[in-house]
Amino acid sequence: MLAYLIRRLFAAVVMLVVIILVVFSIFFLVPKWAGVDIATSFVGKQADPAAVQAVREKLGLGDPIYIQVWDFFKGIFAGRTYAAGGDVTHCAAPCFGYSFRSEQAVWPVLTDRFPVTLGLALGAAVLWLVFGVAAGVLSALKRGSLWDRSAMVVALAGVSLPIYFTGLLSLAIFAFGLKWIDAQYVPLGQSFTGWLGGMILPWVTLAFLYAAMYARITRATMLEVLGEDYIRTARAKGLREQTVIGKHAMRSTMTPILTMLGMDLGALIGGAILTETTFSLPGLGQAVLNAIRNQDLPIILGVTLITSLAVLLANLVVDVLYAVIDPRVRLA
Amino acid sequence: MTTQRTSGRRKQAMAAAAVVAALLTTAACGGGKDSDGSKNGAAGFDAANNKVAQASLAKKGGTLRFGGAQDADSWDTTRGYYGFAWNFMRYYSRQLVTNKTEPGKEGAKLTPDLATGLAKVSDGGKTYTYTLRDGITWEDGKPITSKDIKYGIERVWAQDVLSGGPTYLKDFLDPDGKYQGPYKDKAADHLGLKAIDTPDDKTIVFHLPKANADFEEVLALTSASPVRQDQDTKSKYSLHPFSSGPYKFESYNPGKDLTLVRNTNWKQSSDPVRKAYPDKITIKFFSNANDLDQRLINGDIDLDINQTGMSPQGRTAALKQHKANLDNPVSGYIRYAVFPQSVKPFDNIHCRNAVIYGADHVSLQTARGGPVAGGDIGTNMLPPSVPGSEGQKYDPFELAGANKTGNAAKAKEELKACGQPNGFKTTIAVRNNKPVEVATAQSLQASLKKIGITADIDQYDGSQTTGIIGSPSNVKKKGYGVIIMGWGPDFPTVQGFGLPLWDSKYILQSGNNNYALIKDKAIDGLFNDYVNTLDEAKKTQIATQINHKVMEGGYYLPFVFEKFINWRGDRLANVYTTDAYSGQYDFVNLGLKSAK
Repeated sequence: MLAYLIRRLFAAVVMLVVIILVVFSIFFLVPKWAGVDIATSFVGKQADPAAVQAVREKLGLGDPIYIQVWDFFKGIFAGRTYAAGGDVTHCAAPCFGYSFRSEQAVWPVLTDRFPVTLGLALGAAVLWLVFGVAAGVLSALKRGSLWDRSAMVVALAGVSLPIYFTGLLSLAIFAFGLKWIDAQYVPLGQSFTGWLGGMILPWVTLAFLYAAMYARITRATMLEVLGEDYIRTARAKGLREQTVIGKHAMRSTMTPILTMLGMDLGALIGGAILTETTFSLPGLGQAVLNAIRNQDLPIILGVTLITSLAVLLANLVVDVLYAVIDPRVRLA
Repeated sequence: MTTQRTSGRRKQAMAAAAVVAALLTTAACGGGKDSDGSKNGAAGFDAANNKVAQASLAKKGGTLRFGGAQDADSWDTTRGYYGFAWNFMRYYSRQLVTNKTEPGKEGAKLTPDLATGLAKVSDGGKTYTYTLRDGITWEDGKPITSKDIKYGIERVWAQDVLSGGPTYLKDFLDPDGKYQGPYKDKAADHLGLKAIDTPDDKTIVFHLPKANADFEEVLALTSASPVRQDQDTKSKYSLHPFSSGPYKFESYNPGKDLTLVRNTNWKQSSDPVRKAYPDKITIKFFSNANDLDQRLINGDIDLDINQTGMSPQGRTAALKQHKANLDNPVSGYIRYAVFPQSVKPFDNIHCRNAVIYGADHVSLQTARGGPVAGGDIGTNMLPPSVPGSEGQKYDPFELAGANKTGNAAKAKEELKACGQPNGFKTTIAVRNNKPVEVATAQSLQASLKKIGITADIDQYDGSQTTGIIGSPSNVKKKGYGVIIMGWGPDFPTVQGFGLPLWDSKYILQSGNNNYALIKDKAIDGLFNDYVNTLDEAKKTQIATQINHKVMEGGYYLPFVFEKFINWRGDRLANVYTTDAYSGQYDFVNLGLKSAK
């Protein structure tokens, strides 16, 4: 098990390094090849040559790409100092870059916004797991019934409707029409009920989309599992139906669900752009959208890396859990 | 980061958006009908457009709540360039002179602020002298001195550290760039700029190497605000500027929120401009423009700090049910197409004229949002807010008259005259992050097809405008014969609007704004005359002449004199639009009807 864990960890680290290299190339090399001077996007309407040169110096845009990548890696562990024109800016470790748009180090921006996104992702995940898996299992057990058909129609709607549709619809009805919910984000530390009020619609909206997908997959997997020989054997042995479903069928059904959950949760932790934008939630998704609008490359880079890290970690956890569920994986 | 599982459903999305728009409109209809004026206390449609609405209802106290979809480029007075940021900065910064706090054209005029009076101009317009008022203080109670003003202005020279803001002061006072800025200044007090003298703490004297009639206009920009050396945090100053005005920063989270509270050391007796009605001023930034508009309609926030008009959905709902809360000012911006002469066949005036005549101007106006939300058809290149403008009265191509839906016959004549009787191929460059501009490009493309001009549309990365269309060599390489853009005045004069666009000295290899590459000695000469003229009537006359010369050259196809639909919350009092900030509400003297 330990060897398996080490193998997976090593693969995750290698993957992270590759991601950093690719992202760096996209942000700093592609514009260069396209003949666009990135430095000009950091200065204003009256682009003073001194300003453009200073940006180049500060960001090290004139350095070869491998030096830029090295400086970036070094910054993560040892911090980094940016200097130009008599202005010295120190970015303490872990330095994931510095935004010269908002004059903030990237790491504090990420840590400031991360709890909002985490709260959104976890809250929604609980909802979609509970309702999605339950609906899927019930549909599979009552295959062809009215419940099955109704649940699958609702699930189809959930999968089909884009999040900005359901999001705007829920805001229009519950926040602005009926005025049941204020739907303005309030930090958890400020007011628990306010936070709950601000998060409930984003949770439900996001969970609606994912629950629909989980319900359909759970149903399909469960139906497949229920047709397996070992389920028939379990029933033939006289086991109670609850045990057959709860212990034997669910274990197999949960394997693909767990894999999906890992990937979805990891991706959402990197910022649910559409949900955060629709509900004006100040999370990572909103930060990256603002950064894209303002060409704030360090923030985009930072969020991309956090997303990659989250996906890798989530997959690592899933891989480990997978190994717990299915011992054959450990030997692979 | 994820875009979630919604891609590849464009058709579905469009249908969904239409349904949502309808639902939002319905949801927004929950409020009372107040289009006639006043169920909720709103003053009426256009009640604050160039006039003051409900001035007498303003009370001291309360929290004034701004919302916005876009944070400022910088809150540092030296670095900010967004119009709404300059408007807002008057809460926490003062200048020697500033714009009058009056509606419309009167607001574009100057009035003394930190100074006791407007400048004493001598030496043929090359020396400006000011005396400071008594009782002017920083947020810690220390007096504001002439040296603080000089230091604040010197920061403009430190472009390598404080980039982004306007550099007019540098261009006017030190055109040869001899001074290196305060951070490289070897003088012990870092006040080595020779063009400014501070003989004592109450007197400041500016020596211009060459007279410039708009110098005092430039001193009214926030980049001429005082900054105290011991409080200058250089590039990080934008996070917490040190206040010289009636409010000071309490907190600022970029892209999230900003809160100003009263500066208890500011004295009303020292400030003839600011009334400082509210106790507290907040800005909350939203990522969803529709959400922002709904919050405005619901009364959760009082006004939009960006002042660029409501979103199409919000606008529809507001016009239908809350018209009394809306104003429809002219923004001061002109939206237009410009023809770079480096790209053939636009080096030929007849080919340029062919495009101007061939375009359907009503269709272009509709693409911009129509006469109310888009603006009146633009007939020339001087915005109505700039002295010297004749508005739609000057219409040399009859764009709002006989040719408003295009004149194919005249266009074909021009094509013949330029040696392209069967038309030609070209490329329209348009920013990809401005849907309205893309719609305008498509409208122009359709019009041009009718006269045989085939135009491809290149939607370039809008955030890279400076590097893409600001580089003449790149424009030529890409073959951008038509560029869709917009421009507003930095200060309301022909120089503040047109100098970077039309003067040959402003053709730059990077960050160029003279996209047409105009090298007209007559225009350069008129700008030269303008800066040497102190008489206001003569200045106005020259401005008119410059505009005529630009239009005669056929370098531009104006689309609209832009207009906005802006929301005025029920709680607001003493509200008016001002030409000083391109038709925005004048933020600094907004009050609330109730202190609650």
